[in-house]
Amino acid sequence: MKRLALYLKPYWAAVLLAPLLMLVEVVCDLLQPTLMSRIVNIGVGSGDAGYIIKTGTLMLGIALLGMAGGIGCTIFAVIASQNFGTDLRADLFQKIQSFSFANLDKLKTESLITRLTNDVMQVQHVVLMMLRILVRAPLLFVGGIVMAVAINPVLACISLAVIPVMIGILAFVITKSFPLFAAVQEKLDRVNRVMRENLTGVRVVKAFVRSDYEISRFGKANDELMEITVKASRFVGMTMPIIMLLMNTGVVAVTWLGGYRVNSGNIQVGHVIALINYIMQILFALMMSTMMLMSATRAKASADRIIEVLDMELDIGNDSEACRNVVKAGRVEFKHVSFRYEGTSGADVLQDVSFTANPGETIAILGATGAGKSTLINLIPRFYDATEGRILIDGVDVRDMEPQYLRSIISVVLQESILFSGTIRDNIRWGRKDATEEEVVEAAKAAQAHDFIMGFPHGYDTVLGQRGVNLSGGQKQRLSIARALLKKPLILIMDDSTSAVDLETESRIQASLKELMKNTTCFIIAQRINSVVEADKIIVLENGRVADIGSHGDLMRSSRVYQEIYRSQTGEEAV
Amino acid sequence: MTKERNLPGPSAGFPGTHRHGMFMGQGGKANNTKETLKRLWHYLGGQKRQLAVVFIMVLTGTGLSLAGPYLIGRAVDTMVGKGNVDFAKLAADVGVLMVVYAISALTVWIQTYMMIGISQNTVRNLRKDLFSKVQTLSLHFFDSRPHGELMSRLTNDVENINNVLTQSTTQLISSIISLIGSLGMMLWISPLLTLFILIFTLAGLFLSKRIARITKKYFSAQQKELGELNGYIEETISGQRVVKAYCREAEAISKFEIVNRRLNEAGIRAQILSGIIPPLMNCLGNISFVLGAAAGGLMAVKGTMTVGMIAGFLNYAKQFTRPINDIANQFNMVQSALAGAERVFEVMDQKPELDDVPDAAVMKNVSGEVVFKDVDFGYEKGVPVLKNVNLKAKPGQTIALVGPTGAGKTTIVNLLTRFYDIDRGAILVDGKDIRTVKKDSLRSSLGIVLQDCYLFSDTIRENIRYGRLDATDEEVVKAAQLANAHSFIQRLPDGYDTVLTENAGNLSQGQRQLLTIARAILSDPAILILDEATSNVDTRTEMHIQQAMQQLMKGRTSFVIAHRLSTIRNADQILVINGGKIIERGNHHELLNKRGFYHHLYNSQFRRQRAV
Repeated sequence: MKRLALYLKPYWAAVLLAPLLMLVEVVCDLLQPTLMSRIVNIGVGSGDAGYIIKTGTLMLGIALLGMAGGIGCTIFAVIASQNFGTDLRADLFQKIQSFSFANLDKLKTESLITRLTNDVMQVQHVVLMMLRILVRAPLLFVGGIVMAVAINPVLACISLAVIPVMIGILAFVITKSFPLFAAVQEKLDRVNRVMRENLTGVRVVKAFVRSDYEISRFGKANDELMEITVKASRFVGMTMPIIMLLMNTGVVAVTWLGGYRVNSGNIQVGHVIALINYIMQILFALMMSTMMLMSATRAKASADRIIEVLDMELDIGNDSEACRNVVKAGRVEFKHVSFRYEGTSGADVLQDVSFTANPGETIAILGATGAGKSTLINLIPRFYDATEGRILIDGVDVRDMEPQYLRSIISVVLQESILFSGTIRDNIRWGRKDATEEEVVEAAKAAQAHDFIMGFPHGYDTVLGQRGVNLSGGQKQRLSIARALLKKPLILIMDDSTSAVDLETESRIQASLKELMKNTTCFIIAQRINSVVEADKIIVLENGRVADIGSHGDLMRSSRVYQEIYRSQTGEEAV
Repeated sequence: MTKERNLPGPSAGFPGTHRHGMFMGQGGKANNTKETLKRLWHYLGGQKRQLAVVFIMVLTGTGLSLAGPYLIGRAVDTMVGKGNVDFAKLAADVGVLMVVYAISALTVWIQTYMMIGISQNTVRNLRKDLFSKVQTLSLHFFDSRPHGELMSRLTNDVENINNVLTQSTTQLISSIISLIGSLGMMLWISPLLTLFILIFTLAGLFLSKRIARITKKYFSAQQKELGELNGYIEETISGQRVVKAYCREAEAISKFEIVNRRLNEAGIRAQILSGIIPPLMNCLGNISFVLGAAAGGLMAVKGTMTVGMIAGFLNYAKQFTRPINDIANQFNMVQSALAGAERVFEVMDQKPELDDVPDAAVMKNVSGEVVFKDVDFGYEKGVPVLKNVNLKAKPGQTIALVGPTGAGKTTIVNLLTRFYDIDRGAILVDGKDIRTVKKDSLRSSLGIVLQDCYLFSDTIRENIRYGRLDATDEEVVKAAQLANAHSFIQRLPDGYDTVLTENAGNLSQGQRQLLTIARAILSDPAILILDEATSNVDTRTEMHIQQAMQQLMKGRTSFVIAHRLSTIRNADQILVINGGKIIERGNHHELLNKRGFYHHLYNSQFRRQRAV
C-alpha cells in the first residue's frame, strides 16, 4: 500500500486540503446540536426570541460553510484521486511495455488487462472514498465523542459504553465472514465454469445428447451456491439489527439517565437533546467507517496485483555499453545453446543447439510440437535469453547488442497474426513508418495480399476491427507477412506463419520471398513438409535437440526422423 | 487451410446491449418494465406466504422505528426542570421506547433472514431455468452470438437481480414508508414547520436533479473515454509481442498517454459535478435542522410547542431527508436490475431448437445407411449454402468430403446431426427421414470428432466416460487403449484421475484429439463424423491419431472432412464439394482419371507432398 501512496505525492496539496476541508464540514455538522441546545436552554428557557433568531442565523451560516467545506473537499479529493489513477495507469502501462516475453508469460495477457483497467479503477475509487468518507467518518466519530463528553462526561461515558461492544461485534462478523464469502466466490466460480463450458462446448453436449446430464451437474453446483450464499448472507444479516439495537439502547440510556440528571439539576434539557443527537451521529459514523473499511480491504487485492506488476523484475534490460550498428550481413550462429523457461522444472526446452546460417540462406526448422522450434527462433531477437551457450550475429553476441537495435534488423512473423484496429495501410506500414505508398503495395504484393485487399470496396483504406476481426485467418497472416517484409530486415523469421494460407498461395509467397529476400537470412518454421523442401538447410528438432541438419535430399537419405515425418504426411513410403 | 466456417456472420446480437466497462454500474434501462416485473413476480410468486411475512415485518419495523423520535420527545417533555421530573411518565416512556426498539430490531432480523432465503431461491430457480433453456437452444443461436455477451447475461445480470432482491426491495419499501411516516408525524407535530422544511427539501431535490442532468452528460463523456482507453489497453496488451518485435513501445506509451489524459479530464469533470450532490444534500439536512430548531424555539417561546416536541420534530426531519437520497439510489439499482432481468428473459424467450414431431420414432440398432436426397439448405433465407445435394453411403463405407474452404463440408455435418433443418429434400438414415425420428436418438447413433477437441474441466476418466455415462472403468480404459491414448495417460502423474484445466490446457493438441477419439469409441456409434485436424500435431502423435481413427472407423459408416491424403485415398467415395454442390464423385483413381476439379486440387495440394 505504501508503494501506491507514493503516487499521491505530487498532489500533496490536494491530498492535504481535502481532509482539511472535510474537517470544516464535520465541525460545522458537530456544532449544530450544541447550538440547538442553546436555543432550547437559553432562548426557550428565558423566552428570548431575539437570541433564537440570532442563533438560528448563525446555524444557517455554519450550514452553508459546512457545504462549502464539503464541496471543496470533493473537488480536491477528485483531483487527487483522478490524477493518482492516471499516473498509476501510465506507469503500469510503461512498465508493461518494458516487459520481456518471459515477463509476459508469467502474467497472462488477460490478467494484465484486468490489472490495467479494473484494478486501477478499484484503487482509484478507494482513494477517493478515503479522502472523503474515510476521513469524514472517523472525524465525526471522534468529534462526536468529544462534544458529547464536553456536554456531560458522565452521561456520555455511560451511553457510549455500547461502542466497544459494537466494535467487538463488527470485528467478529468481519473476520468470520471472510472465509464464508470466499466459499461463496468459489461456488460461484464453479457455477460460472459449468455455464461457460456449456457455451463453448455446446457442440459436444448436443452431439452426445448430454443435456440432462449437464442440467443435473449444473443443478448441483447451483444448489451448493445457494446454500452457502444463504448461510453467509444470513450470518452477516444478523449484524445490522444487533448494531441498531445497541445504538438505540444508548439513546434510551441517555434519555433515562438524563431524566435523573435534569431532576438533580446537573444538566439542562437542551443538553439531553443534544446528547441524543451526538450519540446518533457517532453510531452512524461508526457504521459508515466499517462499511468503508470493508470496501477498502477488497481493494487491497487489486492493489497487490498492481504492485506485483510494478515490482516485476525485468530480465532483459538495456545495457548501457550495448553496441549498435554492428550487423552488416546477417550471419547467425548458434553455439551450444541450451534454454529452459524460468521457473519450470524438467528437461531443457533446447539442448546444445549449434548451427550456422549464412546471409541469404533459407533455414527451415521442422519438428514436433513442443520440440522447441518457436523457442529457438525467439532467442535470435532476444525475446528470451539463452540459458547456456551463445548466439552470434556477424560474430557479435546478441546479449551485447541493444534489444531495440537488434529487433530493428530482424523481422518476425509470429505464429498468431496480431493486427491492430486501423486501416490495412496503417497495419502494413507498422513495419516501417516512413515507407512510401509504393513500398506498401510492393510488400502487399509479395505477401500475396494485394489482390484480396483490392477486392475490398475501400482497398487499402479498409478499416479493420479490433485485432482484425473482419479478416479470415489466411488474410491476417498475409498482412502480417507484408508488414514484416516492409521492414526490409537483414534477418527474417516466419513462425509457422502460412498455416492458414492455401498451398498454392503459399508457394507463390515463397517464390516472391526468394526474389525479394535474396540477401536476407530467412528462418522458416513449418508443419508441412512441402513448405520446407526448397530450403537451403533443414534443421530437424526432436525433444529440444538437433536431430539432423541438411538439405531435403540429404535428409531423405540419412535422417530417420525426417523420413518418418515425410511418410506420415504423404502417406507414402520414402523412395 | 483454415477451419471451415461457413456459418452465418455475426448478426446484430441482442438489442440494446452495449456495455462498456462495468465500473460505473450503469446497466441501462428496461424497455418493458411492466412485462418484466410481471415475469419476475412469477418467480417470486411461489413464496407468497414468506413474502407476506417479510412485508408485514418491514411495515411493523419501519412503523415502530418511526415511533422512536416521538417517544423520545415525550420523554424529554417529562423533564421540565430541576426537581421537576415526572419519573412515572419518564419510566413508562423509556420502557415503551426500549420495547419498541427491541421489537423493531427483531423484525429487521426476521425480515433479512427470510428475504435472503426468498431471493436466493428465486435466483437459483432463475439460473436453473436459464441453464435448462440454454440446453434447448439451437446451434445457430450460439454461433451468432459472442460467448462473452451471453455469459454476461447468465452471470452478471442474474447477480444484479440477486443483489436488488436481497437488499434494494426491502430497503426501498422501508424508505418509502419512513418517508411517508416521517412526513405524517411532522405534520402532526407542526404543520407550519413541516411546510417550511418541505419547501426546502423540494428546492434541494430540484437542484440536485438539475445537477444530475448536467452530470449525466459528463458521465457519458467519461464512459466514452473509459471505453476507448480500455479498448486501447486490450488491443495493445494482447498484441504486446508484436509491439516488442517492432520496437513500438515508445509510440504505444505516448498514444496511451493521450487517451489516459483525456479520460483524466473527463473523469475530473464528471466526478466533481456529481460530488457536489452529497454535501448539498447534507447542507439541506442541516438547514431543515436549523429551521426546525429556530422556528420550534420561537414557537416554544410563544408556548405553542413543547421542547420535547422540538426534539422529536428534528429527528423526524432528519429521517425525512435521508431516505430521499436512498430512494433515488435504490430506484436506479432496481432500474438496472430490471434491464438485466429483461436481458435474461430475452434468452428465455428464444425459440428452442427444432422440436421433434409429435409421434417421432426412436432409432434403434442403426445399421448406418445414409442418404441425402435433393437437399437444399441455407443458414439465412435467400443465401443458399448447399444446392441439390445427393449422396448415398452404404453401411460401413467411408465417405471423404474434400473441397476448398467454405465449400459447405461442415454444413453437411451440421445437417446430418440435425443441428439445422434442411430447406428442401430429405435426409434418410436407415431409410427413415431424420425429421421423423427423435433428435436425441438420432444423435445417440452418431459419433462426432471435431477439430476443436472440446474437453471439460474434469478428470480424464470422466471426459472419456462422457461418451457413455454408464461405462465401467474397464470400458473407459479399453476405449483409451483402442484410441492409443492409454500410454500417455498412464505416464501422467495422476493417470486417469488427472484433472484437466479449463480447455484442457495441460494436454497437447494431439493428446486432446486422442481423448476425443476415445470418447467417441466409447459411445460406439453406428455413424461416425470426423473432422480431421490439419496441423499442429507432431509426427508421432499424428501416427497415433491416424491409427486410432482407422480403429474407430472400422465397421462404421464414416463421413470424414478429409485433409490427409491417406484418408482420401482409402475412402470408398470421395465427394468433391465446391460452391455448395457436389461437383465430382468417385474413388481416388476414378477422379484422377477424370482430370477435373479433383485432379487440379490434388495437384495443387497433394502432388507436391508426393513429389518430395
